[in-house]
Amino acid sequence: MKFHRILPAIVVIGAYSLLQALMSSHVLNPYWQQIIQFAGIMTISALGLNLIYGYTGQFSLGHAAFYGLGAYTSALITKSFPQGGIASLLVALPVAVVFVGMVAFLIGLPILRLKSDYLGIATLGFGIIMKVVFDNADAVIPQMGGSRGMLGIPKLTNFTLVFVFAIATIMVIRNFVFSSLGRACISIREDEIAAESVGINTTKYKTLGFVIGSMFAGIAGALYAHLYTFLHPSNFDFLKSIDVLLIVVLGGLGSISGTVIAAVGWTFLLEGLRVVLPSQILDWRLVIYPLLLIIVMILKPKGLLGGLELRFLKPSLDCSDRKE
Amino acid sequence: MIGRNDYGDKEIMKNSDSQKAPVLQLKNITKYFGGLKAVSDFDLKLKQGSLVGLIGPNGAGKTTVFNLITGIYTPEQGDILLNGQSLIGVKPYQIADRGIARTFQNIRLFNDLSVLDNVRIAYHMHVSYGLAAAIFRTRSFAREEAELADRAGQLLSIFNLQNRAPEKARNLPYGEQRRLEIVRALATEPKLLLLDEPAAGMNPQEITKLMELIHFIRERFKLTILLIEHHMRVVMSICERVAVMDFGEKIADCKPDEAQCDPKVIEAYLGEE
Repeated sequence: MKFHRILPAIVVIGAYSLLQALMSSHVLNPYWQQIIQFAGIMTISALGLNLIYGYTGQFSLGHAAFYGLGAYTSALITKSFPQGGIASLLVALPVAVVFVGMVAFLIGLPILRLKSDYLGIATLGFGIIMKVVFDNADAVIPQMGGSRGMLGIPKLTNFTLVFVFAIATIMVIRNFVFSSLGRACISIREDEIAAESVGINTTKYKTLGFVIGSMFAGIAGALYAHLYTFLHPSNFDFLKSIDVLLIVVLGGLGSISGTVIAAVGWTFLLEGLRVVLPSQILDWRLVIYPLLLIIVMILKPKGLLGGLELRFLKPSLDCSDRKE
Repeated sequence: MIGRNDYGDKEIMKNSDSQKAPVLQLKNITKYFGGLKAVSDFDLKLKQGSLVGLIGPNGAGKTTVFNLITGIYTPEQGDILLNGQSLIGVKPYQIADRGIARTFQNIRLFNDLSVLDNVRIAYHMHVSYGLAAAIFRTRSFAREEAELADRAGQLLSIFNLQNRAPEKARNLPYGEQRRLEIVRALATEPKLLLLDEPAAGMNPQEITKLMELIHFIRERFKLTILLIEHHMRVVMSICERVAVMDFGEKIADCKPDEAQCDPKVIEAYLGEE
């Protein structure tokens, strides 16, 4: 019983030590180190969207906009304090995340009245607006670089930071989902009218899910900005929202474990194909990976782990009374 | 001193008033859908503890009345009073909080969630811990969650569904889904329960069980019940009063056996001779 409880902690610490050892001994070169960190960032962002779409059932195509907003906001702050080092990121990140949360709240209030496809189009519109804002931001704030891209961001993201944030994200989402507030969100996905009829303030919980999910996109964006040290508006366009959506659907809507596996798998698949495929057919990787998506969707229409959760991600209270 | 006495007297009067006053009162409510008058000048009074049937041919506007009471629709005219307080403009979730619970004609359970979760969600209104407590798993969170699971489990066992607790709601047989919907409604701790065709799709034995169940919950939870039903056996044997609707209007409001002989009611159901 006790061993069962500390097992996840052992696995997490073990995974961290192993990866850290491989990195510091240069078994994994800086290129792969970057990919591993990027996988962690995608995990954080995708878990955010999973909360919005997978759990609360609100179809969003604007996730990359919040991701970009977090990236640009935090980069602006750290760039202004070049001597700050890691401390400046630890200040910039919460500021950026709170800012993203406020924007999500203001956007969410009017558009979360819409349902399914219509909400998708509205969030898509927001994504396009933010892309235009990033493209032309240099007119107001020259440091943001506009369509030429934002340069000179200090490289402050490291593996430890990404790992800690990814684990924290998993824990926060898990604790939220397996609480009465999380169940209120899930009830909206299941049946909005029935949820209202048992006293769930659906507007409140839709907005709550949307804001929290977007804030995780903001965290991911801030880590991304300080990993690649260069931001370009095209990194935050509509197609990037689709990437995250793919991960969430592929992993299984409403599954934390599925999202984590899909985010890491997707990142490594894209990069792995680059290494594995001979150079003549390298361009075919953009055919191979959509094909894989189609195959997975046919074989597993609910995603890799649709509706299922690894046992240690479920609170002990629920283990006894839940069947898979 | 005199002022105080006056005040005291008023209080007493108010109290006695509220005892006499109906739990639910619909006053001349009218609802249009485009040009169609779905509910027209509809009146209804429900006394504390009564069990009233709402009957009428298909399309008479019965479910619309339920949707008006629960705030899904807002009437164009008229007023709806719950214990003397107007429900016009009150949001559906607030109406649930004020003590009205309902079931649906087409069962609306949280299908992909466990039976236990279906009931726990209905207890959400009574949960007091916040976001921070949930994320950091504080002691108050653990205590309330344990209490919640306990209460939900007890309620389920009253209705013989405790063994189903871990199963997905969609996997229950039809009769149990209907029962679970009633359990979920009861978990909100209502004063007034609206049942929309609870016997639909049930066989005669199941209907007999359902009637026992309705009697039982009314006594045990001290409820006032308004019931839409097509099965005359149910209406005739358990309702103390029936309101009959046709084309959005109330054409009768009397004892069930009187309604059976009322020429207007016969005409609405069978057509003119």
